[in-house]
This record gives sequence, structure tokens and C-alpha cells, in this order.
Amino acid sequence: MELINLGIKSIFIENMIFAYFLGMCSYLAVSKKVSTATGLGLAVVFVLTITVPVNWLLQVFVLQEGALSWISADFASVNLSFLQFIMFIAIIAAMVQLVEMIIEKVSPALYGSLGIFLPLIAVNCAILGSSLFMVQRDYTLTEATVFGFSSGIGWLLAIVALAAIRERLKYSNVPDGLKGLGITFLITGLMGMAFMSFMGINI
Amino acid sequence: MSTETIEKKDTQVEKKPSEPLLSKRRRKFIADPLSDDNPITVQVLGICSALAVTTQMKPTFVMAVAVLAVIVFSNLIISAMRNLIPSRIRIIVQLAVVASLVILVDQVLRAYLYDVSKMLSVFVGLIITNCIIMGRLEAFAMGNKPYDSVLDGLGSGFGYAWIILAVAFFRELLGSGAVFGYEVFAAIGWEDFPTNGLMVTPVGAFMVLGLIVWAQRAKTGYVEK
Repeated sequence: MELINLGIKSIFIENMIFAYFLGMCSYLAVSKKVSTATGLGLAVVFVLTITVPVNWLLQVFVLQEGALSWISADFASVNLSFLQFIMFIAIIAAMVQLVEMIIEKVSPALYGSLGIFLPLIAVNCAILGSSLFMVQRDYTLTEATVFGFSSGIGWLLAIVALAAIRERLKYSNVPDGLKGLGITFLITGLMGMAFMSFMGINI
Repeated sequence: MSTETIEKKDTQVEKKPSEPLLSKRRRKFIADPLSDDNPITVQVLGICSALAVTTQMKPTFVMAVAVLAVIVFSNLIISAMRNLIPSRIRIIVQLAVVASLVILVDQVLRAYLYDVSKMLSVFVGLIITNCIIMGRLEAFAMGNKPYDSVLDGLGSGFGYAWIILAVAFFRELLGSGAVFGYEVFAAIGWEDFPTNGLMVTPVGAFMVLGLIVWAQRAKTGYVEK
């Protein structure tokens, strides 16, 4: 039950885009067509579900204060948490590379549709952001996995919805200066307002 | 996409080696990102942090300085070692350099400005994935000399800074009736200024940035296809 609650919270209430503005760059750049938006969204879900738990393991068994005590008692006072950023980004870059290779081997069809987006994901703030939130909120391993997966789903939902709106927007008469970025921001603002109405939902 | 322009600039540099420190070409590096080629409103980079930290002026200012420092130094470092980096692993080298600089910035903030560092929370770490920095490293520092890269970093950093400060100004003024925490409306005798709660929420950020983009593009006449 707790986990379902966490999932709902991360998808709707604390949506990566509408509440924390994470992953905005690719959200704005790749939301012109629904099909590409879906591809990128799925790739993000995939990578988030893998990297957040892996970074959790890294945090708990290597970086945290006293985390190294499983090697020997001498390391009990070692605190490596200042290395957090560089380790997390290294894990993310490596994971993205690994995922890319695995998908290429196992399912060439999926690789064909996701392939070009995977390298982009290494520098998507939503991925690093989720790992940092996971540390800040002291999740357990299961919670971290659920959090990673549902954050990804929330991001997918937002980018597909925006892409669908932008596809329709082609036929409307937008003032020149507002075309493209400007109107996209205003739409995102309105979507954010709609998502605010999910606030307080609890199962 | 930008490799051609980089090569062109490179040959220009080689032809006239004794160029003044702030020649017209170099002034362009600083001036362009401020308006015509602004990283946020025209190139659409670095939006995440532009919106997240801008509820108040103070953390925004700290964030702007932090990003400026990281972008200038990472440009300098990458540009200095650009001929040593094998192009296949350049992304990971760039990430490592940026991440090390961000760790430094984070440690400094924690030591001297702990309350602001708490307020910025994960967004200090997210400077690593700020697309402006990666974009400048990839498009400029990899193909230009260190001094030019520093100027380019300064230009992009200031271009980023003034936009996020403008967003923060409107959000703090309309959302909590203050500027840098100073109660402006109370000071001029308008005690019951109706603040707009929406401005403090993410929705306000999207709206304000959208309108700033509109105003800026109306001025420069830039129209997106």
C-alpha cells in the first residue's frame, strides 16, 4: 500500500516536470511528434528504473558515512559522500551505455526505435535528479525502485501529452514571437495547473 | 552542426596571432549570448534550473554565480586539454571535469552559505547536467583556444544569469511582494498588496518564462519555425 502511494505520488503529484522542472531540455526539444516523444519517454523509464536502485546500492555500500564498514572495521569512519555527484553521473553514463548494448543485442527492433535517444539520456536532469532525491529522502531499496519507475512514468506521461498538444497546435494561429518555445511554456504552465489538482490524493 | 563555424574561427585565429585582448570578434563572444543568441530563450538550454530555483532572488543569485563559475572554468580546462581528449570518450571526460567543478562549488556553498545550499538542495548537483555547460564545451571549448573559451563561458554565463534573475524578480515580487527578501510594497506604504500564490508554484515559473521569451523575441524579431 505504501508503495502504491509512493508510485501515485511520484507520477502525479510530484511529477518530475510539473513540480521539479527536471528533464526540461529534452522535454522541450523532443516533443514535436508523439511517436518520438513516446520513444524517448520509454527510454527514460527504462534507464530510471535501473539507475536509481543501482545508485542506491552505491550510496549505501560505498559512499555513505560508515558505509565501508562491511570491508573492515577500520573504514567505519570514512565518509565519501562528497564523491556523490561524480560517482552517480559515472554510473548513469555507464548504465546508459550498457543498456544501449544490451538492447542492441537482445532486441534490434526496440534498439531501432530507442537507439538514437539513449545517448541523450545520460545528460537528462531527470535521471541524476531522481538519484539525488532518492538519497535526500532516505528511501529503502524497494522504495527507490518504485520511485525510479514511477518518476519515469510521470515524465513519459508529461512529454507524450505535450507532444499531442503541440501536434494539434500546428493548425492554430499563434503570435509570431510566441511560436515554439513561448507557447510551449504557457501550455506547460496550464498542464501544471491541471496536475496541481491531484494534490492531496492518498490511497 | 557547429563544427564548420568552429573550424572557420580557428583559421581566423591562426591568421592574425597578435589580436587585441578584446577585439571586435572577441567582444561578440560575450555580447551575443546576452540577447541575440541567449542560451535560455533562443537556444533553449538549461531550462531545468532556470525554473526550479527562481522562487526568490537570493538563491537565484547564488545559483547564477555557481553556474557562471562552473561554465568558465570547465570551458578553460576542456579547451586547454582539447587536443589530448580522444573524441570517442569526450562526453565522459567532459562530465568528469564538470562534476569535479560542481563538487567544489557544492562544498564551498555548504561551508559558507549553508542555508542557501539547503534551499537549492539537489539543484546544485544538477548543474552537472545543465545543458548550457555541456553545449558550450561540445560546441566551443573543444575547438577553440583557452582565452576565447573563457570569454565564451562568461558570455553564456551572464546570458543565463540575467534571464534567471529576471524570472526570479517577477516571481518574488508578485509571489511574496519582496525583492531579495526586502518587502518592497510594505516599504512604500502598500501594506495589503495582494500577492499571487500561483507565482510561487511551478506554474508561475512556466508562465513568467513564457512571457519573457515572448517579450524578448518580439524585440529581436526572432521567429521559430
